Amino acid sequence: MTIKKVFKKAQRQGRRVLIPFITAGDPDIETTKRLIFAIAQNGGDILELGVPFSDPLADGPTIQAASQRALKNGITLKDIIELVKEVRSQIEMPIVLMGYYNPFYQYGLKRLVQDAAQAGINGFIIPDMPVEESGQWFKYCREYKLDNIFLIAPTTPIDRAKKIASKSSGFIYYVSVTGVTGARKELPQDLIENLRQLKQITPKPIAVGFGISSPEQVQNLVPYTDGIVVGSAIVRIIEKSKTADEACAQVGKFISQLAQATKIKN
Amino acid sequence: MLPDKRGRFGIYGGKYVPETLMPLLAELEQAYKEAKRDRAFQKEFRYYLKHYVGRPSPLYFAKRLTEHLGGAKIYFKREDLNHTGAHKINNTIGQALLAKRMGKKRIIAETGAGQHGVATATACALLGLECVVYMGEEDTKRQEMNVFRMKLLGAEVIPVKQGSRTLKDAINEAIRDWVTNVRTTYYLIGSVVGPHPYPTMVRDFQSVIGKEARRQIKQAEGRLPDYIIACVGGGSNAMGIFYPFKRDDVKLIGVEAAGLGLDKGSHSATLCAGSIGILHGAMSYLLQTPDGQIQPTHSIAPGLDYPGVGPEHSYYKDEKFAFYTAVTDKEALEAFHLLSEIEGIIPALESAHAVAYATKLAPKLEKDQIIIINLSGRGDKDLGIVFERVKKGEKNDHKKSI
Repeated sequence: MTIKKVFKKAQRQGRRVLIPFITAGDPDIETTKRLIFAIAQNGGDILELGVPFSDPLADGPTIQAASQRALKNGITLKDIIELVKEVRSQIEMPIVLMGYYNPFYQYGLKRLVQDAAQAGINGFIIPDMPVEESGQWFKYCREYKLDNIFLIAPTTPIDRAKKIASKSSGFIYYVSVTGVTGARKELPQDLIENLRQLKQITPKPIAVGFGISSPEQVQNLVPYTDGIVVGSAIVRIIEKSKTADEACAQVGKFISQLAQATKIKN
Repeated sequence: MLPDKRGRFGIYGGKYVPETLMPLLAELEQAYKEAKRDRAFQKEFRYYLKHYVGRPSPLYFAKRLTEHLGGAKIYFKREDLNHTGAHKINNTIGQALLAKRMGKKRIIAETGAGQHGVATATACALLGLECVVYMGEEDTKRQEMNVFRMKLLGAEVIPVKQGSRTLKDAINEAIRDWVTNVRTTYYLIGSVVGPHPYPTMVRDFQSVIGKEARRQIKQAEGRLPDYIIACVGGGSNAMGIFYPFKRDDVKLIGVEAAGLGLDKGSHSATLCAGSIGILHGAMSYLLQTPDGQIQPTHSIAPGLDYPGVGPEHSYYKDEKFAFYTAVTDKEALEAFHLLSEIEGIIPALESAHAVAYATKLAPKLEKDQIIIINLSGRGDKDLGIVFERVKKGEKNDHKKSI
């Protein structure tokens, strides 16, 4: 299924799109594989799969630690692409890779889009590649029909937001806070107003992420957004779990609670 | 004129940062452009350089070292004599003035050796700005006195416990703080690294070194030098002295840290042994694995212990505007001792790398040729490191060669 279709389907079903994030290879690739199924079976709509990097400067302590755990086990981008290839025939859930530019650049941009498309990866989120630097990459993604999801931040002026929105495909990732990733108890006051403004300048789906950690927060955002990304809160469950079984069971449970919260109330 | 509009030196540079920072970088670019043209700003900058930093720094003819090496004439550009003991202060005063002009009251900085942290804390004390310095935990131990100095100057020092706990991790953490507090905070980067416009801005503020050296050598010798040698970590003292000589027939040599040896894999010689990639907001040479993970680095000189390098240096390397080489910890340490004993100058271990290369080059040159070494900092901060080494019996190895 394409990302676009997922948003349409959710709209028909009267709910918002749930986008869970996990770091690939945390704690190991086999557990990641099982987690992907647990997420798909319990109501995850699109998976944001983190590609670990040694210097993740847009991430808070939780995802930094997850990246370190994964790298310790020697996970590479190639392993991650292989993993998606393996699970692709068994799940419909679109998978986007979220990662920093350098590992992608070293893999080779052209080779990456080719291999990603072949493996059934649906798109990319690259937090340290703003639109200005995306020229060649953008062309490759388009050529191979991969979605390139750009981020818009609370500091982004409206004219710039329009430009980013026009370049983004699949959805637009709205960063809820000025800051790094990580679960937060409270979201900023101006978030809802910012989302309202953004809705007026683009017809494309908007997903909001950074800091969202509970079903209550998801519920509060439902009226204002098309999709919701939850990352660090899930990664923390994996971190705390002693076994892969426990991680899958706990993550599955949490995902279904979050999925429940995505329903639009009349 | 480089960089181009997109902040590129050839393919290098650019702005690879999270979207949250992009509008701020545009604002900074504009503010800097205006400040650069503003005579009052330039006048204030020059005022502090003269009366507070103590510029111009002398260009000193190292007679004894010249005689000892028996080749080219060696001059030192004495940045070690600046207030706070290194070239770093030229840049921190420039940027702190800019931050003030932009209405930012909170300054954050990263530091490796602590020199940039001290210089930032100093500029903040001078201009009444709040100062927070991120420093790798490992470095806070290696440079304990500099941590204390920063605290005396009123700065808050935050030890960074992530990753390798050195300079690169301090930069990561500073960027995370910046992303979080972007509306109130100015990130004062200490080298010619980071996203555009930082590499250009830092180069411009540091190019006072090269401009003075140019004037001074003409006065002393009636001509330009044949060689200029400077150490390269991020590369700000090197770019500062290189840039004003870029179009001249002067050989520019950047000396990186070969650590335990380039073949041992434990070094910080980014330009000599690295490959192209993206880190800390810019495309440049990097020390990385084939998978694009940043590699741990090593140097006896904390200020060189960094896996990246300024994008303009990468461009200079490819275009052969400058030549880059590396010397080992051991060679730098020998130069440290040699200079202390023969000239009465205790150099920073970083600067000792430039001196070490000069000791190899000078004897091969004619006596009427001229070398300028950028003596970027003084060695007081390194006494602890050298003391430990001497205790372990690595002292005075150079004496065999005298």
